[in-house]
This record gives sequence, structure tokens and C-alpha cells, in this order.
Amino acid sequence: MSTLHTVNKSPFQSQCLYNCTDLIAPGDSLVLIEDGVYALKLGGEERARLLNAIKQGTRVYALNADLQTRGLDSSWAEIKTIDDSEFVELCCKHQRIQSWY
Amino acid sequence: MKFTLVILGAPYSSAASFSAWRFCRAALENNQQITRLFFYADGVHNTTALAAPPQDEIDLPAQWSTLIREHNLDAVVCIAAALRRGVLDEAERDRYRKQAANLGAEFSLSGLGQLIEATAHSDRTITFGH
Amino acid sequence: MRDILCISRHSPQSGLLAKEALDTVLAGATFDQSISLLLMDEGVWQACAPLGTELSAFKDLSKNLNVLALYGVDTIYIHANSLKARGLNAHELSSGNTTLLDQADTQALMRDHQHIFSF
Repeated sequence: MSTLHTVNKSPFQSQCLYNCTDLIAPGDSLVLIEDGVYALKLGGEERARLLNAIKQGTRVYALNADLQTRGLDSSWAEIKTIDDSEFVELCCKHQRIQSWY
Repeated sequence: MKFTLVILGAPYSSAASFSAWRFCRAALENNQQITRLFFYADGVHNTTALAAPPQDEIDLPAQWSTLIREHNLDAVVCIAAALRRGVLDEAERDRYRKQAANLGAEFSLSGLGQLIEATAHSDRTITFGH
Repeated sequence: MRDILCISRHSPQSGLLAKEALDTVLAGATFDQSISLLLMDEGVWQACAPLGTELSAFKDLSKNLNVLALYGVDTIYIHANSLKARGLNAHELSSGNTTLLDQADTQALMRDHQHIFSF
């Protein structure tokens, strides 16, 4: 069974997101939480790197409350916005959870 | 499903503690079970009863205490992590001859075996790090 | 499937997190769980012995890694790309009982464990 990953650091500050996407397996999912949601502001090559993980079969989500408190809205069609309950649900649907921070 | 939550972040140095608190509340609202909350590393700072933040700010240690009390949750604090960071219950205060005990009434000090045991009895383990 | 994989991604002298991660591995082994340790990203520095720690707030963690075998943790898994990215070679590691994993092996290791402790 697959793994759920969380990333809570901004990609403008930390390598966490890329450490995660380099290792994530097809069928795994990634939830951007806390400052991790700043990934939605990525452009250029970095944006392409995240999109590539999605193309390889990783589902990416962003925690809505964390987007809201940071003044962001989900502008990526490829990234679904979820609430806290859906985050819990995703944890149930995956065997294990790896937190990148 | 049964969850073990590992809280590693101190209340005001990162968003980890509040994320864990929100996750715990959402899990309970969705009828999931919390086998144990395990406060470890800097996460032990969430369990002090002596925090006195300004009234217009979130009081995270108090919010944890309330959630634990209302849902009768099992909340364990790693004793080694707590002692080195100055979080003591009355027994440890006496043992180390310190001036005060500050562990909140909703929490208990115990060893890492409690984390291992909780995991063994849980379907899922999730870490909230700093 | 094995019980717990402890993923340790922080350096040994930046705080106590690396030591506290290692302590969960010792606890897991003591309580008869099948527990594994994976050093990844900045965590691979833990396998490099310091020249001295007299002027540090933190003790030499590489010694603790060698104790794991006594608790039945036979090997320490190391993410090979993290070593390579830091210009480290396997022979520079202070611990002898290590297993280097490529990307696919690391993914397989994660899939082979029920729970993850993320440090």
C-alpha cells in the first residue's frame, strides 16, 4: 500500500519539497501543509519539477486552512484543495505517513 | 481507524503544534480513534501548565489540555525529553529537588516504550515536526 | 511487513532531534518491534565521526549508531543519493554496518514498513 507524504516548509526556504518529490513513488500522495503551501507560487523550472511528479502519478493536495491564512488561493488545476477532515481521510487511505520538515 | 500522533514542535516556534491539534480535532470529529498523543522532543513544551500568553492570542497548551479532557484522550510526554527541557511533574520535582512542577494535569510522564506500544496498537502513526 | 521505519533527516550537531530519533529506534528494538533506521538528507552526517565534541552542546552520535547492532538492529540504511550530494563516500562513514540504498531501494524500504517515525 502507498504512502502519504506531508511537506510543511516553503520551497523558497528549504529543499524539503524536492527531497520529497525526488523520492515519492507513483501512487503515493503529497499534502502541502503549513508553509508548504507556498509551493503554489512556484514558477519556471521549480514549478515544472512539481508538475513532473504529478505527471508520474503522484496526487498533490494543499490544506485549505493553511492556504487561507497565508493569503493564497489554489490556482493550480493539478492541486486539489482539501479541508482538515479530508486530510484525515487521506491518512486512512494510505498505509503510512512520512512528514518532511 | 486508530491513530498515534507524535508531536515534536514547541507551541510558538513553528506551526507544527497547532497543525497536530487541528488534525486531532478533525480525526475525532470524523469518528477516528486516537490511541495516544505522544509529546516528544521540543513538543514537550506543549504540556506546561505555566504558559500565560496574552488573552488575544491562542493558548496552545490550554487548547491541548481542553481537547484531551473533553475527549478523555491518552496524552503521554516522554520523560527524558521533558526533564531535560524543564517540564516536571511533582514526583520529578521532588526527585531532582527543583522549585516547581509544571506538567499539566491532563498529561503523564513516561518512557519511549509508550510510543512504541501505542504504534503497535494503531493503524496509523503521524508525526508533526518543526 | 516490518513494524516501524525511523527516517532521520537532520544533522547531529544542529539540535537534539537526531539523538532523539535514535532513541526511538533503541526503544523499538527493546520492546521487540522490528524497527529500522534510515539516514537521509542532512541525516547522513550522523554517520560521520566528529574530530571532537568538547566545544559542542551535543555528544558524538556516531558512537550511538554503532550500539544499534547490540540491540538487534543489524544494519543502518543510508540513502545513497544524500551521501553523493554531500560528496561523501561509504568508506568515510564511521559505522561499519551500513546498507546503501538507491531511489528504488529506498521506496521499497518505505513500503516494507507499517509505520514511519519522521525525524
